[in-house]
Amino acid sequence: MGNISDLQKALNAWAASFYEQNAEISDLKRLSGGASQETWAFDVINTGHGRQELILRRAPGGVARARSSEAILLADEAKLLQLAADANVTAPVVVAVFAPGSDVGEAFIMHRIAGETLARRILRDDKYTAARTQLPAQCGRELARIHSISPSNAPFLPVSGGADQIKKYETIFREFDFPRPVFELALKWLKDNLPPPTDPVLVHGDFRIGNLIVGETGLTSVLDWELAHIGDPREDIAWICVNSWRFGQRDNRVGGFGHLPELLDAYAEENGHRYEEAEIDWWETLGSLKWGIMCMIMFEAYRSGADPSVERAAIGRRVSETEIDLLNLLEKAI
Amino acid sequence: MYQTPSTSQLVTAVKSFIDDIAAPELKGHAAFHARVASNVLATVLRELEIGQTADSEERKRLSELLNTNVDTDAETLNRALSQAIRSGEITLATVGLLDHLKSTTIDQLSIDQPRYSGLGPHRT
Repeated sequence: MGNISDLQKALNAWAASFYEQNAEISDLKRLSGGASQETWAFDVINTGHGRQELILRRAPGGVARARSSEAILLADEAKLLQLAADANVTAPVVVAVFAPGSDVGEAFIMHRIAGETLARRILRDDKYTAARTQLPAQCGRELARIHSISPSNAPFLPVSGGADQIKKYETIFREFDFPRPVFELALKWLKDNLPPPTDPVLVHGDFRIGNLIVGETGLTSVLDWELAHIGDPREDIAWICVNSWRFGQRDNRVGGFGHLPELLDAYAEENGHRYEEAEIDWWETLGSLKWGIMCMIMFEAYRSGADPSVERAAIGRRVSETEIDLLNLLEKAI
Repeated sequence: MYQTPSTSQLVTAVKSFIDDIAAPELKGHAAFHARVASNVLATVLRELEIGQTADSEERKRLSELLNTNVDTDAETLNRALSQAIRSGEITLATVGLLDHLKSTTIDQLSIDQPRYSGLGPHRT
């Protein structure tokens, strides 16, 4: 199952049993892939009910293994998408799940949703003007629905609250043994101002432009659930506010496209609880610090020799972006 | 050592080669990495231009904050400052700390990503 013709054959066998006997796949192409997972796009023809446009997510080479220290397993990601659909979250419908050792490999297949994921286009193109006005409230509603999924239905998810995350990222930061006084100050402030925990909810973990599919009328799908965990709802609300995810549109706190009160109002309409903007600040600070340390982790792949690409080298010079964001947030806090 | 061509002239020549000759021939991932490579060389050029001044000003501010010798290298001073913040000896309220960190980070970003939106409130 290592190469594309083996995968094509395995998918044809699946299509013939899942749809009609003469169903077959076409236009199989790899969209992305790395050490942690592969994403493929393909269509199925002769299904008996029209051409089906699908996405395959699978472990690299189809071989099962944990994708990274915090990413959940593919089969669990598929379960999560099903739970999300049950909670009326706008997420792709899962069509099939393949166990490790199957001909397709450890993988699942879901519907392919049309739309845009590139920030530059979503935030600037005239085509998405109407979408941008809808997105803040849509994001608020989607997050409220995600947070309504009972954690007891997803016992496979790790539990990670604010204090856990500080501890985890501080450990990683200390291992690099590279002094960054701004990170030191942010860590100290976060620890000194830790908010009381809320009731734990199911957190998406990476809810931001890039992982949202946007059409001309707004949000059409919430993707990339692999960092989901049980934690604090404010983490998700704040992550899309982190300045790195505003893609240059700094005045629009939510994702570069909207204002936070609008998101919080829509969230409250759906879920009943209205957070104050100030309650999001601590989590946005944690988010900026996390993204800064993630950039250090990505640079480490270059420094250690694991990935010699210029892109990994260059990301080491993006850490300072999160330092100015942290200073702007800390200055606001005092 | 020869100074002609200078380091920045050599880097500029390589950047022009990537931008004007190599990149237009490339597609997909290779084209993306060529753009990244060109941006990296732009960073190197900015560092050649302002890096030394930024470093000596950073060390000057650090030595004042920490009451140490200005001749100490920036990494050693930053280690000492980190330790002082961690122990609570220097805090967000310490006079000069926030101004120092802002100046240092603004200089660093002027080299790394001068168009980054987070610099917005600090542009004059």
